[in-house]
Amino acid sequence: MEQQAQSDSAIRSQIRLPFSEAVRISFQSLKIRFWRSIITTLGILFGIAFLVAVISGNTIEAAVQADETQTVDSLAQEAEPTIPPHQVWLVIMSLIVCVVGISNAMLMSVTERFREIGTMKCLGALDRFVVLLFLLESSLQGLAGAIAGSIVGTLFALLVNLRAAGWSLWRVFYQFPWFTDVNGAPLGVAPVILLGCLVGMALAVVGAAGPAFRAAKMPPVEAMRVEV
Amino acid sequence: MAANDIVVSAIGVHKEYRMGSEVVHALDGIDLDIRRGEYLSLMGPSGSGKSTLFNMVGALDQPTKGDVFIEGENMAQLTMEQLAWIRCNRMGYIFQSFNLLIVMTALENVTLPMIFAGLSPKQREERGKELLSIVGLGDRWSHRPTELSGGQQQRVAIARALANDPDIVLADEPTANLDTKTGREIINLLKELNESQNVTVVSATHDLKMLDVSDRVVYIRDGKVEQIRDRDEIDIHVGSLAGEHE
Repeated sequence: MEQQAQSDSAIRSQIRLPFSEAVRISFQSLKIRFWRSIITTLGILFGIAFLVAVISGNTIEAAVQADETQTVDSLAQEAEPTIPPHQVWLVIMSLIVCVVGISNAMLMSVTERFREIGTMKCLGALDRFVVLLFLLESSLQGLAGAIAGSIVGTLFALLVNLRAAGWSLWRVFYQFPWFTDVNGAPLGVAPVILLGCLVGMALAVVGAAGPAFRAAKMPPVEAMRVEV
Repeated sequence: MAANDIVVSAIGVHKEYRMGSEVVHALDGIDLDIRRGEYLSLMGPSGSGKSTLFNMVGALDQPTKGDVFIEGENMAQLTMEQLAWIRCNRMGYIFQSFNLLIVMTALENVTLPMIFAGLSPKQREERGKELLSIVGLGDRWSHRPTELSGGQQQRVAIARALANDPDIVLADEPTANLDTKTGREIINLLKELNESQNVTVVSATHDLKMLDVSDRVVYIRDGKVEQIRDRDEIDIHVGSLAGEHE
């Protein structure tokens, strides 16, 4: 009590939320709504898995073809690691599905917590604390979903190629396209996984930003009055 | 009366809401001074504007016309940060539906405003546990709201309202979701804290049990102050009031 005593009645605008506390609160919030968080994370996982599978699939396929054709003649260069047009559409579609799915999940998760947001604002939380908490939550979900999605996508791409090319796929392992594809472009499996992680996290944050900003801006009373 | 004895002062407060094309006058020129250390009840039927007035004096909403001064500061002239500071350090809120954060334990709920106020983890834990034992939940600090009864949740909310040693505790229908006996306990606890911690309590209610403990009762009707009664007057009139408002 004493330590809080203010020497005068001047209003000090010193409200804070240390970053470490924000991370702890977000993490706790995800942990307690475990199944709810898992569903959002799964949405991200599938979107990213699809994206990574399409890109990595091409790279691996090209590597297999290059390996096969090398032994026959010098047609190796005809193996096209670049993504064919119909697959570009697939990638775009998967990204759209990803953004819509994540935005929807975030919109719901923010909407069902209006009362919580109003309460926090009554306790003195600034708008930016609310935004920070939601963006942290969504980026944690995004990161988890994207890492898992990238791995699932890559495994899927491997399995599909394994089925198509048979065991010849294993022959390419000594020259497996880890970092670059057969043309030396940086579309190897590792950079694609990294790309998947970044895209997943970015999409999660972008998807959550709109609802989070809107919710944070609400006057506390209104946020609490909303019936969900 | 010295300015220092007035915690909140509302002067000619009007509040209009727009419902579609219709304008609703929730408050229609309210003048009210809240004295330091008093237990004030805002009474009135639903739709009388008492909740709106409650929000005004609690720095949760701005009037359309008129001024609200909290500790001499005009609410209309404060920045978002200053308002947040006031809510965090000067005000404690208690709500009808408790509004505890379900993801947090009782202790974490109580210490959340202390995080915003910048207390260290050790200070927070100490003060949080102290407050929880004041409200009679010293041994249940690690429980989550879902593991507590309604009365216990409201006690946690009261402890949270006292977190940063506020000047004024605002209770919006604190007993509406509780049974009579628990409601009585909560009212008594609020009164005890009002006396022992010398904190001003303002409660919006239509619970007649509140009349016993209130120093003053402000009756709101149709967005206006209908009458203000001091405690000694209330005691005499309780019978007729009970009839009026049932």
